[in-house]
Amino acid sequence: MEISPIFFYLFAGVALAASAMVILKRNPVASAFSLVMVFFAFAGIYALLDAHLIAAIQILVYAGAIMVLFLFVIMLLSADVPSFDLRRAHPVARAVGGVLSLVLFGFFVWAFKNSPSPAPLGNFTAENIEAAGGNSRVLSELMFSEYILPFELTSVLLLAAIIGAVAIAKRKQSLPTEGRRK
Amino acid sequence: MFEPNLYFWLTIAKFAVIMTIILSVAPVMAWVERRGSALLQNRLGPNRIGPFGLFQSICDAIKFMFKEDPVPGHVSKFYYSLAPVVSLVPAFMTFAVIPFASSIEIDGRIFSFQLANLNVGILYIFSIASLGVYGIIMAGWSSNNKYALLGGLRSSSQMISYELSLGLSVIGIVMAFSSVHLNDIVAGQGEAIRQLGPWALPEWLPIPKWGVLIQPIGFIVFLTAIFAETNRLPFDLPEGESEIIAGYHLEYGSMKFSLFMMAEYTNMFVASSLITTLYFGGWHGLHWVLNLVPVEGLAREWTRIVLEMAAFFLKVGFFMWFFVWVRWTLPRFRYDQVMDLGWKVMLPLSLGNIFITALAVYYGWM
Repeated sequence: MEISPIFFYLFAGVALAASAMVILKRNPVASAFSLVMVFFAFAGIYALLDAHLIAAIQILVYAGAIMVLFLFVIMLLSADVPSFDLRRAHPVARAVGGVLSLVLFGFFVWAFKNSPSPAPLGNFTAENIEAAGGNSRVLSELMFSEYILPFELTSVLLLAAIIGAVAIAKRKQSLPTEGRRK
Repeated sequence: MFEPNLYFWLTIAKFAVIMTIILSVAPVMAWVERRGSALLQNRLGPNRIGPFGLFQSICDAIKFMFKEDPVPGHVSKFYYSLAPVVSLVPAFMTFAVIPFASSIEIDGRIFSFQLANLNVGILYIFSIASLGVYGIIMAGWSSNNKYALLGGLRSSSQMISYELSLGLSVIGIVMAFSSVHLNDIVAGQGEAIRQLGPWALPEWLPIPKWGVLIQPIGFIVFLTAIFAETNRLPFDLPEGESEIIAGYHLEYGSMKFSLFMMAEYTNMFVASSLITTLYFGGWHGLHWVLNLVPVEGLAREWTRIVLEMAAFFLKVGFFMWFFVWVRWTLPRFRYDQVMDLGWKVMLPLSLGNIFITALAVYYGWM
C-alpha cells in the first residue's frame, strides 16, 4: 500500500506545527488544544497506513477521552501560571538544556539513519488481514488467544491504578468529616 | 497521476446528496422544534410566514447572516472564532459511515449507499463524536466569562461520564451480531428471531431481529447516553439557561451562534440515524411494499432502494421528533443527579448488559 505523499506531508506538517505549539504556547489550555491536533494528525497518518483500528482508537482514547480529562483538570485548577519561564532561567540551565536537546536530536538522526530494514510482516500482509475479516477481527482474535496473558496483566494493572486513585481521593475527603463527628 | 474514475464521481455525488440533507436538517428542525414546543404547550408558535410558518427558518437564516457579528473585547480571538467550526465539523464527519440503504448492482458494479465502508465501523463514529465536545470546551474557555467556563466544564465532565456507558452499551450489539461493520449489523437485523432464551420460536412467527428487541437494556442505556452526548434536555447542563444564562455560547452572536445551533441539530440527526441503524433495523421495514408494485428488473431494484431510504428516513424522522418531544416534556436534571445517573446507574447497567449478552451468545440463545 503506497501512501499518498500529499496527505502524508499534510498530516506530518500539521503534527510538527502543532507539537511546536504545545511547548511554545504560554497558556496550558491552548497547549492542550494543540496536543489534540497532534493526536488527530497522527491518527490521519495511521489511517493512511491502512491501520484504521489504531487510528480510531488513537482518536477515541487519546483525543476523545484523555485530553478531555486533561482539559477538565486544567480548567478546574485554572493553572495559568507557567511552571517554567525561559527568559528568567539561569544561563547555565539554558546552555545545558540547549546542548542536551542537540544531543537528543543527533541521536534521533543517527537512529533513523542506521535503523535496520523494516521488520518482516510474516502472515500479516494487507491482503491476508482483509481476507480474515479486517483489522479489528484479526487483532481481537490474537489478543484473546496468543496474547491473553499480557492483556490480562494490563487490565490488572489498570484495576490497581483505579483502586489506588479511589483510595487516595476517598481518604482526603472523608478524614476531616469523620474527625468532626467524633 | 490521479485520474478520476466512476467511483470517484459517485463518491462526490453521494457526498453532495448527504451534505444537502444534513445542511437542510437544521432549518427544518428549528421549525419543528418551535412548532412542536407550541403544540405541547398549547400555543400556536411561528405561523405567519409561509404555510404553517415553514419559511420562518429562512427568515431567521437571513437575519443571522446580515446581523452585525460583534467580537467582545475580552475573548481569546483565535479560539473564540475557531470554536463554532470545531463543534460543527465532527457532527458532519460522523454521518460518513452510516448506511441509509443497501447496495444496488449496476452493470456488474456494486454501488452502496454509504459514503465510506470502513472496517472499524462503529469505532469511527464514537471516535469522531467524542471530538464534538472540544467545540464546547473551546467556546467556554475562550469566552473568558465565568458562566461560559462553567458551561464548558459541565460539558466535559458530562461527556466523560456518559461516553463510557454509550460505548459499553453498543458492545452488546457488536456481540450479538459479531461485527463492528454497520452494514453487517443492519443486515443481521433483517433476519427473524428464532430463539427466546433457551426456547426456540416457531418458524412462522415473523419477529424481526431488531436491536431493541434483543438488547432492551442496552437500548435504554444507549438512548440515555446519546441524549447526554447531544446536550439535549434533560441533559442540557452546558447551556442551562436558568442556572448559567446560556453557558458555553453566552458570548456568541449572529452566524457564530447559529453554527452552534446547527451543530446541535446535526448531532441530533446523527444520533437518530445511529439509534435507527443499531436498534431499529436501519433500512429494513418497507420491503413488503415491493410485492404490491408491478415492476421488474432494474426498476424493481431502484424501487427497493427508494423504499429502503424511505424506511430509514421515516425512522430517523420519528427519533428527531422524539428528541423534541422529550425536550418539552422533561425538566432539566440537577448537576449531581446527572453524575449519579451516569456513574451509579448507567455504567453498572451497561456492564451487566455485556455480561448477560456474553452468556446468551455463549449458550446460543441469541
